[in-house]
Amino acid sequence: MATVSVRQYHRGGFSFENCKRNALLEADINKLGFSSPAARKTGTTICGVVYKDGVVLGADTRATEGMVVADKNCSKIHYISPNVYCCGAGTAADTEMTTQIISSNLELHSLSTGRLPRVATANRMLKQMLFRYQGYIGAALVLGGVDSTGPQLYSIYPHGSTDKLPYVTMGSGSLAAMAVFEDRYKPNMEEEEAKRLVRDAIAAGIFNDLGSGSNIDLCVITKGKVDYLRPHDVANKKGVREDKINGRPETGNYRYKHGTTGVLTKAVTPLNLEVVEESVQTMDTS
Amino acid sequence: MNTRGLRSQLKDSVPVTGLCPQAGSYGVQDSLRRGFSSVKNELLPSHPLELSEKNFQLNQDKMNFNTLRNIQGLHAPLKLQMEYRAARQIQRLPFLPSSNLALDTLRGTDDSIGFEDILNDPVLSEIMGDPHIMTEYKLGVL
Repeated sequence: MATVSVRQYHRGGFSFENCKRNALLEADINKLGFSSPAARKTGTTICGVVYKDGVVLGADTRATEGMVVADKNCSKIHYISPNVYCCGAGTAADTEMTTQIISSNLELHSLSTGRLPRVATANRMLKQMLFRYQGYIGAALVLGGVDSTGPQLYSIYPHGSTDKLPYVTMGSGSLAAMAVFEDRYKPNMEEEEAKRLVRDAIAAGIFNDLGSGSNIDLCVITKGKVDYLRPHDVANKKGVREDKINGRPETGNYRYKHGTTGVLTKAVTPLNLEVVEESVQTMDTS
Repeated sequence: MNTRGLRSQLKDSVPVTGLCPQAGSYGVQDSLRRGFSSVKNELLPSHPLELSEKNFQLNQDKMNFNTLRNIQGLHAPLKLQMEYRAARQIQRLPFLPSSNLALDTLRGTDDSIGFEDILNDPVLSEIMGDPHIMTEYKLGVL
């Protein structure tokens, strides 16, 4: 009551009021043997590659919440501006909100300058925001796009460091995807070759990492054109049984075909029965 | 713009809470205005980011003024600070939220969006200070 009477100016942004209480609750809960709810992570494979005319970004589509799949077909390639897209790994909410904020800021900036935004601008904005929060915002991003200086690809880590490279991977399946890239990457590839390479890298992540799965999304960005292929490839089909033979599904059917057992002789004996008594019992439907 | 690291910011600009942090005008705990307090709550921040976030705008301004002073001389930041002081005085009544439009335009944050615009927007706050007491406090008659 007293504090409400003469309040200081209420600032927006993150509120740390409940942190002490949460720390106490966490300690109590751990003593009892339970665990507090975990944030939903994307547990991902995301990657990007620079080819001759532009950039190809790829991502899987599974979002996990601990050991359970929370979303079988989530979209991890986020729009930043018409010529810049960003894949996000880490905590799902963090990547979502961060990319939306940067997208809004970049739009305002481009309206102010009157030019198409540059990838380096988006990179700088993301890096400064993530550094400000010292890694507490768990967003690992792969940022790619084409602007007036050419195609560019950046990887951005949760603490705010960035790398500008011709091919990058992030997420829990990044090692599997990077193995594919290290083997088959060549500078100045053609578009089909680049798409195939990214598709194979994401597939490696999907099949070898528990945190990645479902479909493969691709985003091909060139000067003046963006192809958002969702889904580009359905790596894991669900609910389709293998092979049907003659309309019957082959798996799970244990009946023998007609003619399996040969017939030797056949004898038919009619039984003459007569009706002795007939009684009707009504059902009690009240 | 952001040429200095975080460590240099924290070293000079973190406000150290004194021995009696809730001190009012007579040097003792001011329970009426700031509520009950405990030493543990006051001394340690509840989250590592709490202090750096509370002072973020202040530290940004300090850093920018320092850079401006090094590049253009003392008068540039002095003049700007005078303008900031004037803009900061354009406020509504103490219990109502002010837009601070002039201050935002001077700072250049009028065309950028951050977490302070999306989360915990003061316009949508559910509690409000008591109008009479707040105006009296501002005018100094309380």
